[in-house]
Amino acid sequence: MFEIFGISSQALFGQLLIGLINGSFYALLSLGLAVIFGMLNIINFTHGAQYMMGAFAAYLLLQYFGISYWWSLLIAPIVIGFTGVLIERNLIAQLNSSSKLRTVVFLGSTAALFLLARPSFGPTLGLAVATAGGFAVVEAWAYFRPPSESAQHVDHLYGLLLTFGIALIIQGVFRNYYGSSGLPYRVPDQLQGTQNLGFMFLPNYRGWVIAVSLVVCFATWFVIERTRLGSYLRAATANPALVRAFGINVPRMITLTYGLGVALAALAGVMAAPIYNVSPLMGADLIIVVFAVVVIGGMGSIMGAILTGFGLGVVEGLTKVFLPQASDTVIFVVMAIVLLIRPAGLFGRST
Amino acid sequence: MKRLFSIAAVAGALACGTAYAQTADDVTKIGVLNDMSGLYSDITGPGSVVAAQMAVEDFGAKQKGMKVEIVSADHQNKPDVGTNIARTWIDVDKVDVIVDVPTSSVALAISEVVREKNKVFLVSGAAASDLTGPKCSPNTIHWTYDTWALANGTGKALVKTGGDSWFFLTADYAFGHALERDTAATVEANGGKVLGKIRHPLNTSDFSSYLLQAQSSKAKVIGLANAGGDTINSIKQGAEFGIVKGGQNFAGLLVFISDVHALGLASAQGLVLTESWYWDMNDANREFAKKFSAANKGKYPTMVQAGVYGAVTHYLKSVEALKNDEDGKAVVAKMKAMPTDDKLFGKGTIRADGRKIHDMYLFEVKKPEESKYPWDYYKVRATIPAAEAFRPLKDGGCPLVSG
Amino acid sequence: MERVAAPIATTERAPASWSVPAAFAAMTLAFVVAPAFVYPVFLMKALCFALFACAFNLLIGYVGLLSFGHALFFGWASYVSAYAAKVWGLDPALAILSGTAVAAGLGLVAGAIAIRRQGIYFAMITLALSQMMYFFAVQAPFTGGEDGIQAVPRGRLLGIFDLSNQMTMYFFVLAVFLACFLLIYRIIHSPFGEVLKAIRENEPRAISLGYKADRYKLVAFVLSATLAGVAGATKSIVFQLASLTDVHWGMSGEVVLMTLVGGLGTVFGPVVGAITIIAMENYLAQTGQWVTVIQGVVFVVVVLLFRRGIVGELANALKIPL
Repeated sequence: MFEIFGISSQALFGQLLIGLINGSFYALLSLGLAVIFGMLNIINFTHGAQYMMGAFAAYLLLQYFGISYWWSLLIAPIVIGFTGVLIERNLIAQLNSSSKLRTVVFLGSTAALFLLARPSFGPTLGLAVATAGGFAVVEAWAYFRPPSESAQHVDHLYGLLLTFGIALIIQGVFRNYYGSSGLPYRVPDQLQGTQNLGFMFLPNYRGWVIAVSLVVCFATWFVIERTRLGSYLRAATANPALVRAFGINVPRMITLTYGLGVALAALAGVMAAPIYNVSPLMGADLIIVVFAVVVIGGMGSIMGAILTGFGLGVVEGLTKVFLPQASDTVIFVVMAIVLLIRPAGLFGRST
Repeated sequence: MKRLFSIAAVAGALACGTAYAQTADDVTKIGVLNDMSGLYSDITGPGSVVAAQMAVEDFGAKQKGMKVEIVSADHQNKPDVGTNIARTWIDVDKVDVIVDVPTSSVALAISEVVREKNKVFLVSGAAASDLTGPKCSPNTIHWTYDTWALANGTGKALVKTGGDSWFFLTADYAFGHALERDTAATVEANGGKVLGKIRHPLNTSDFSSYLLQAQSSKAKVIGLANAGGDTINSIKQGAEFGIVKGGQNFAGLLVFISDVHALGLASAQGLVLTESWYWDMNDANREFAKKFSAANKGKYPTMVQAGVYGAVTHYLKSVEALKNDEDGKAVVAKMKAMPTDDKLFGKGTIRADGRKIHDMYLFEVKKPEESKYPWDYYKVRATIPAAEAFRPLKDGGCPLVSG
Repeated sequence: MERVAAPIATTERAPASWSVPAAFAAMTLAFVVAPAFVYPVFLMKALCFALFACAFNLLIGYVGLLSFGHALFFGWASYVSAYAAKVWGLDPALAILSGTAVAAGLGLVAGAIAIRRQGIYFAMITLALSQMMYFFAVQAPFTGGEDGIQAVPRGRLLGIFDLSNQMTMYFFVLAVFLACFLLIYRIIHSPFGEVLKAIRENEPRAISLGYKADRYKLVAFVLSATLAGVAGATKSIVFQLASLTDVHWGMSGEVVLMTLVGGLGTVFGPVVGAITIIAMENYLAQTGQWVTVIQGVVFVVVVLLFRRGIVGELANALKIPL
């Protein structure tokens, strides 16, 4: 075949395709972030940890329940999304409540349960059990006590700091329990093998990743931008008081949105499990790249996040061919350039 | 203002007096410093502490009337954390010897601190051959392995058994470059060819594009000049792209049995690597491994942890003979003078540059169907005798030797 | 226009009050006497990080901008200072100055890019820029990559004071810290500082009064970066080591934590926060696994329940400015 800049076109197309595959992960993750940010104005720093939990959920489902990859694709996002819902209701939403009581109940019961659980479960597992128990206690408490309508507006930066702290906790706990070497997870049998595309051998699994990402991204975009539920979500963020006056349960919308974003992250985690190392720190450095993607795409724009994710995957792939040493930094360089030209990002609305 | 200065002067004088009184004590304190929670926690970590404890027990310190204590800490693979701990240990806690320390950057930094304070440093975890080369020290002994031995073992042995064309996947930082350089030199010195190399950023999660290039190079051996998560990812994704099935071999230039355990035999089969110790090679090792795994959550010992055992054993013997643990240089000199003999590494010696000499082994990872019991991962492909396994003394550039 | 409200409610009362000078005197005395009781190397670490946190606090507390990339200035100043002292053999004072100069330059460039946005965008941009320079540090030959720059000589300050003596080094570090602390205080309580506070409270109004808000914010950013650079440059001389830890985003997270725990926007909060966090890390060094988790718990608890931080809550309870 022909050559471009000394690289054969075969190799080039191969790298482009691989870039597209990586872009799928960037797109899925930045989609989740963009949904949460666009709707809730929170930077979900926990996103990387939730991606990691999705991968671990797949591993644990297989290890302890024999549940295959296919079912994990459905179950893991729901389970992890549910944990996201709990986090949103009991921690993130409490930022804007002037009554600290619910937080105190949650933290207090978790601490008490930890002291009880620690002797039998050990510190790490004990902490996980205690947190689950704490959630149960505070949810029950909240159920029987009508919530106060007190609200205050706290700077969104605190949401960033809060989710950063939660990410540290989750990653730390997993790292204590599982170490850092990573756990094995195999590509499911149905997706093993490669396709000979002429210019490269494409592993079937990677093709599957592209397909799923495209479907999920399009479906999410469609739901948010084109359906009635999506319009409620968008309205609820833009003007909560007015939407509430129409009888729509705004806090529930917000919680569901956060849960959806987290579920997307977990889905990306399940898909990553067979090919990337399932380790507690798998999301930690990835999350910063995803932040850069979202900033480039424009933080409120769903379509921007999707397109930028795929696009940057391709850019990174090309960089790996021509200048591998720069492949880590190229996305940030692009971000700096984009910000100088268009401060709101490529698709963002300038405020 | 003047009063402030005079207070300061008095306080300063007081502090000088109290802070650094190095009183000799009758406790020999061993500090096991390594990565307890990060990338290398399975290779070293709490297991090294177990190994050190077993060494102290087997040595019979109590029966001999020697008071030996073990402390441990996590350096998190960061030179600043490590040097902080080392300084505090030596200045405040009266630690006499620091053991293990994976991650070459930390080990190099600790070697300097220990030299400055004249204590003893027994390296088991780190790989940099510079520790017995230009950066050698009269207070440091490098036990288990080093980059030269690995490069020599894997590189030479593979070339001699037919793997004569190589392609390198190198982590783009000093350690990766050094590993690649040493191995490439060995390959070429033994008649092989380096067809190409590609440098990837540290902690890369996706190797697909690099593997694609390695595949198209048609090299018989793909040398992995990286470590930890990067190696695991390369191998895992290599399995996905059918590298081994396609007839190419992966050569892990820095792989431990714990990595193989993390990968699973399905992904790691056929991997060729060099280590200095494997638990299933003789009865003494097996017995040690059983006792070790009972105390270490079922995980079997890596060569690094075995090295900690050997180093601590030899250290205690030297201190017993010398009846002194305060003067680091003297203890190390004694350790070099006495030949080593422990149940894990057998008989060996320590050279003038601080290099411990023993056999190295070339292993190949078994196929899943060949593995009969847990942790049965390796088959021996070759033994590299001690005399050839390490860089010749004169080539190191160690000031202690040429001076 | 996005809301730019500062993340904290100001606890300032009348500027001319007894509490701040009294606290300053107490702090100075404590640091002067401390080496007799506490390991001096630990204290020096606390001082460097206290300065770093104070520099960071200048930006978040008084301008309302959360930078998640301050490790960039801290770490690169540390590298340059180490290189200057080791390879160029410069006097430690000159080495620290060169590190500081580089930090100022980086502050100018990063600020020019990031200042255009506010709030969360600003934080993300600073994070990404710092991460980009982290990857650059991993590969650049002069930084020594994973090894870092080791065996940095302490040198002789001004040719006279031998800094390898721990106590001499300690008092030098203390002097640097106190000087910079007073400088920050002066900046805050100056006409320039007043404009910054005005911008923080209501930027459109400040602009309508004729102040070029972006320019003021940029100057504040550069000042914060420069002082963070002083901290980093000094740190590398103290520990004789400059490593990747100093440029990693975890370091940015740490300084945020220190300032948050101590009290955003208070004068002494960062100092207290830095000492607290470093003491905690020191204590937990034996059980390194739990440091991250505990840091996370501290973040969560402080953000949810004690947003004012230790000093902030104290100041609020006693109704005095601190």
